Amino acid sequence: MFVHYLTLGLRSLRRNPALTVLMVMSIGLGVAASMTTWSVFRAVSGNPIRDKAAQLYTPQIDNWGPQQNEKGEPPSALSYTDAMALMRAHQATQQTLLYPVQLSVLPGGNRSLPIAVNGYAVYGDFFPMFEVPFQYGSGWSAADDDDRAAIAVLSEEFNQKLFGGANSVGREITLDGHDYRIVGVARHWDPKPRFFAMFGSSGFEDPADFYVPFNRALDLQIDTAGSNSCRGELTSTGWDDWLHGNCVWIMPWVELDSAAEVARYRQFLEGYAADQQRAGRFAWAPNVRLRNVMQWLDFQHVVPPESRISLLVSLGFFVICLVNTIGLLLAKFMRRAAEIGVRRALGASRREIYKQYLMEAATVGVAGGVLGLLLTAVGISGTGLLFKPEIARLAHLDLSLVGLTLVVAILATVAAAFYPAWRAAQVQPAWQLKSN
Amino acid sequence: MTVHPIIAALRKHKAGVVLIALQIALTLAIVCNAIFIIGQRIERVNQPTGMHEENDLFLITQQWVGAPSADDPAGLEKLDSMEQSDLAALRNLPDVASVASIRSLPLLRSGSVGGLGLKPLQQKSTINLNFYYGDEQALPTLGLQLIAGRAFTAADIQNKSFRDQSEPPLAIITKSIADKLFPQGDAVGKVIYFDSSSTPTTIVGVVARLQSPVDTVGSSLTWNSALFPVRQVANFSRTVVRAKPGRLEAAMRAVRPALYAVNPMRVIDEEHGVRSFADIRADAYRADLGMAILMSVVSLILLAITAAGIVGLTSFWVGQRQRQIGVRRALGARKIDILHYFQFENLLIAGIGAVVGILLAVGLNLWLITRFEMDRMPVIYVLIGVLAVLALGQAAVFVPARRASNVPPVTATRAA
Repeated sequence: MFVHYLTLGLRSLRRNPALTVLMVMSIGLGVAASMTTWSVFRAVSGNPIRDKAAQLYTPQIDNWGPQQNEKGEPPSALSYTDAMALMRAHQATQQTLLYPVQLSVLPGGNRSLPIAVNGYAVYGDFFPMFEVPFQYGSGWSAADDDDRAAIAVLSEEFNQKLFGGANSVGREITLDGHDYRIVGVARHWDPKPRFFAMFGSSGFEDPADFYVPFNRALDLQIDTAGSNSCRGELTSTGWDDWLHGNCVWIMPWVELDSAAEVARYRQFLEGYAADQQRAGRFAWAPNVRLRNVMQWLDFQHVVPPESRISLLVSLGFFVICLVNTIGLLLAKFMRRAAEIGVRRALGASRREIYKQYLMEAATVGVAGGVLGLLLTAVGISGTGLLFKPEIARLAHLDLSLVGLTLVVAILATVAAAFYPAWRAAQVQPAWQLKSN
Repeated sequence: MTVHPIIAALRKHKAGVVLIALQIALTLAIVCNAIFIIGQRIERVNQPTGMHEENDLFLITQQWVGAPSADDPAGLEKLDSMEQSDLAALRNLPDVASVASIRSLPLLRSGSVGGLGLKPLQQKSTINLNFYYGDEQALPTLGLQLIAGRAFTAADIQNKSFRDQSEPPLAIITKSIADKLFPQGDAVGKVIYFDSSSTPTTIVGVVARLQSPVDTVGSSLTWNSALFPVRQVANFSRTVVRAKPGRLEAAMRAVRPALYAVNPMRVIDEEHGVRSFADIRADAYRADLGMAILMSVVSLILLAITAAGIVGLTSFWVGQRQRQIGVRRALGARKIDILHYFQFENLLIAGIGAVVGILLAVGLNLWLITRFEMDRMPVIYVLIGVLAVLALGQAAVFVPARRASNVPPVTATRAA
């Protein structure tokens, strides 16, 4: 029966080609617009570190005060003074500070022109905390941090460029004229959005080329390549004043494994801010935050507004396409009232009429889905028009999107057919036969 | 023509009427908000930065390799002389008109923002503004329009470490700041204080306009800028170059060889090291332009689909009512009466849809305001939208209505 209805459906589609084309286009366009914008939204709103998103927290401390801060919120990064105080207190199982650095390297020895490479200055806990996978070697220990060691971890891609992908652990690399011993090579690792380094970044830039110890970077007075935000009276004239001033630029992360630990850490932050107030450094009541990964991404508005708006617009568009399809299906089915009357008179039950017409709608849905798939592919290649290249790159047509496109197209068309098919099933056989 | 028979006939097609009206309402709601967004984005993209002939400008960003720290006087001196030789080399290029050391450019999405007050040590700033640091060539190279006071001279320029946050003694401000702080128009010569400082800064000039490097959306920050006579020295430098008219590409091509000839120990990024201002501008407004294009495409397709839906359903009604039309024609109705009947029927349905659509459009706009900080939509957009959907309905209904009017009276005598 299923196959029979299917062939009936296909035959009927050929009967009113104009109406059929209209419906298929309507569904195809609606579903393609929704899927294209969804593919971008899915990419930017995803969870970058599923296993640990609930254990990783970033503390914020208001060192600017109610006059200077952003609508009561503490700044999105820490000052050097506060960051170092958190590290010294060591109230979390694992903790790191980090900031982005840009250094130069001579890829082909002294005879080549230098190129710039990007990385992060981090603590040794960074690698286990964020589950960085290693190809060769490993990260470094807390002792290396304390020794302010001149060591580095390279990314797989950077290691490929510099050493042709060979195991480079133990070799030296010269960054901005300073030597570092390579202790590890990380496998390709690029969580998107890059939740841990969102201060002054969209979170979608190219992955890091290297990691060096935070303390070593400070010793070499390496500037942050990211944002540096200063408020209040600015008096610094050199590195030391700047470091101890109220400029924020360091991103802190801590790992807290249970609700009790989170509560304790929050208490510790409050206590720290209260101490600063007592010491006269802050002239305001403690104003601290402790957000986990997803709360942080939300707070940082990592999803670009264009992504939300375009998704909403295309969903609205899809709804209109469906309303349109309902009308067209109604016209198409009711045109065949006489035929339905005959079938009913010959003994077909309402249920069977209903099934037949839903089946016919499903064939429209399949055709619409296929068209939608083609248009989605076109749409995804055009996302660069609306989004920055690093975000547009994230949208791609994978198997799950293909499946989703087809399923949504078919389900939506069948749902749109409920009412027209019901109307078709309500046709009175006697009335139709009489008027014929 | 009386309305009564039309309404009576429509009662028989409740579902079709509701569907067309609903489709028109939703289309109206989306299309007028879309047109509003398009208008806003286009306006934003077209606003002038305040720079003259900005398509002749390009920006060089480069980083020194193995350079000394700018924090000690000797390092500062060395870095400054390195930058000076770069500037001299660039000025010697045949296609270059002028060159200036600068820290940022409008729309660059990288720059400093700070506060400004009228009193020393003022805790809460009166105005937030953009800080531009440049040498005496910056104002003429950018082609800013000086409307009061004077430009900087070479004697005004200080060399300072990037980290040195001491307040410069002189500043040129934009008209938007001057109007706000000194409404009498006597800003030149007045004293202001930056970033809650106790050190006064004297205003020496006012420029008509200078857009923010970081803010493009049109907040209060967009037009509030100050230019300081400071050549900021760091391990990287930015240089803005004005090419001779029509020689932009040649000038840009000549930059890398010229700078590497001066000193090869530097990084000039392949992609972003030498960027035309047109490129910076396109990048800054990509999302706005993309949004305008997306909204236009969506609106056009929506209107087309709605029109197609109206054609489809009306054709179906015409087919269903063949006999009734024949009867009317046989009873003396003219072709034009039949045509008008369907046109009026459509106007009625579209009218109902439009009324619902107005409510939806305003509702959608209010929701967008709370959710996406959008502005309130002026009534004119709704009116244009209403006219558009009514016209669309009439255009769409014309073909099936004319087919109806061509139904011959003899149809009345035939069996259906």
